[in-house]
Amino acid sequence: MCTLEKRGNIYLLTLTGSGEHRFNPSLLSSLRAALSSLLCSSHAPNSALITCAEGKFFSNGFDQSWVRSAPPSQHRIISDLLRGLISDYLSLPMPTVCAVTGHAAAAGCALVLAHDYVVMREDRGFFYMSELDVGLKFVKYFEVFFNEKIPDNQTRRDVLLRSARVTAREAMARGIVDRAAQGIEGTIEEALRLAEEVAATVSDGSKLAEKRKLMFSETWRHVSAAGGSKL
Amino acid sequence: MCTLEKRGRVLILTLTGSGEHRLGPGLISSLRSALATARSDPSVAALVTAGEGRFFSNGLDLAWAKNSSEGLSTLVRLVKPLIADLISLPMPTVAAVTGHAAAAGMMLAVAHDYVYMRGDRGVLYMSELDIGLPFPDYFMDLMQAKITDPRTLRDVTLRAKKITGTEAKERGIVDKVCQSASETVAEAVKMAEELAGRNWDKGVYASIRLSVYPKLCKSLEIPQESDEAVRKHFASRL
Repeated sequence: MCTLEKRGNIYLLTLTGSGEHRFNPSLLSSLRAALSSLLCSSHAPNSALITCAEGKFFSNGFDQSWVRSAPPSQHRIISDLLRGLISDYLSLPMPTVCAVTGHAAAAGCALVLAHDYVVMREDRGFFYMSELDVGLKFVKYFEVFFNEKIPDNQTRRDVLLRSARVTAREAMARGIVDRAAQGIEGTIEEALRLAEEVAATVSDGSKLAEKRKLMFSETWRHVSAAGGSKL
Repeated sequence: MCTLEKRGRVLILTLTGSGEHRLGPGLISSLRSALATARSDPSVAALVTAGEGRFFSNGLDLAWAKNSSEGLSTLVRLVKPLIADLISLPMPTVAAVTGHAAAAGMMLAVAHDYVYMRGDRGVLYMSELDIGLPFPDYFMDLMQAKITDPRTLRDVTLRAKKITGTEAKERGIVDKVCQSASETVAEAVKMAEELAGRNWDKGVYASIRLSVYPKLCKSLEIPQESDEAVRKHFASRL
């Protein structure tokens, strides 16, 4: 489902396999387990995390087939696990870079935006909040998160209220993505370069995490267990 | 005061006459009635609002307020649910700003999802500072929701800047600038048709708009669904 490797001082979290990397309890739990090893243990200063994916897709969102096969009382499990995953990224004591190596849709976009920096593949792939197209509404934490991460009115409106398929170039122009690169390997290489640059400036990761949670305080309030919201 | 015309799945609401289309009790009521028609007609999938003549709307009917014992506060109170109607309308909305839009008239324009404006003449103008009037709270909430560039918001509210269509496009208030009033309407209708063609579920559209503008919803007293209701909706769609 995912692997965590270390390249020097950069951790590389990869969603593995050629599928759509859709969020079901297994994948979300694997991702949280990988991140928990970074949340709990002490590690060298000046580290960073990159999240990337194999294949055509970064992540195409929630696993609808899992949802259809699960009893209704269980549906909220994947929403709650995603909420926990976002809280993990917000708490991570190192800078985070998302290497959007393929299509990101719906909840997959949330994973992208949970990072501090975004590098996106420009020769193919879209950033696409498909919820309006498929007829899904937002729960509160999701809404709060997107409002804090995309403050520009026209951009947020196009992304959420027009279900626009945004290319890397357009995403950069509109402030959603920091850098664009060619191909999967090129995107990961650029992400590594960016990760090295930002890692060099952060020696105290725990202080970074505190500031990040303060910067996105509304999101933190809605995704953190400590904030009172029931996970 | 205003007319409704159906073109395919698009409803075109026009503020009629060559006057300033000032928002007094009569026009506000007509507009709310028109929006209620749009809301209740299942064949309508998008709304365009336009104006005839030199003005889109020049704001509240101050002359009426002066002659009325209830005054300005009444008009401020009456416009709030009109803005709420637009923010809660279960379909995409496009403003075709065919002339000057000032104060409450500018609020009417920016309360639409998309704002198209003519670039050859006409300005967006929050005149309140110039004429010594305060902003109702919900005006500021609407402006903070729709004008997210800080310097643009400052120029609009603290400098009472008159902004042309071209400048408004550069500064992120307007989505498209057109060469004339008729072109503005034509392009707005074209956009509305495109949006209608996406065949979005109306309830979902309305819900997502509230998610995009939660603070504004609270200010306009538009209720948002609970997470439980959202989950129930999700389950019902499987």
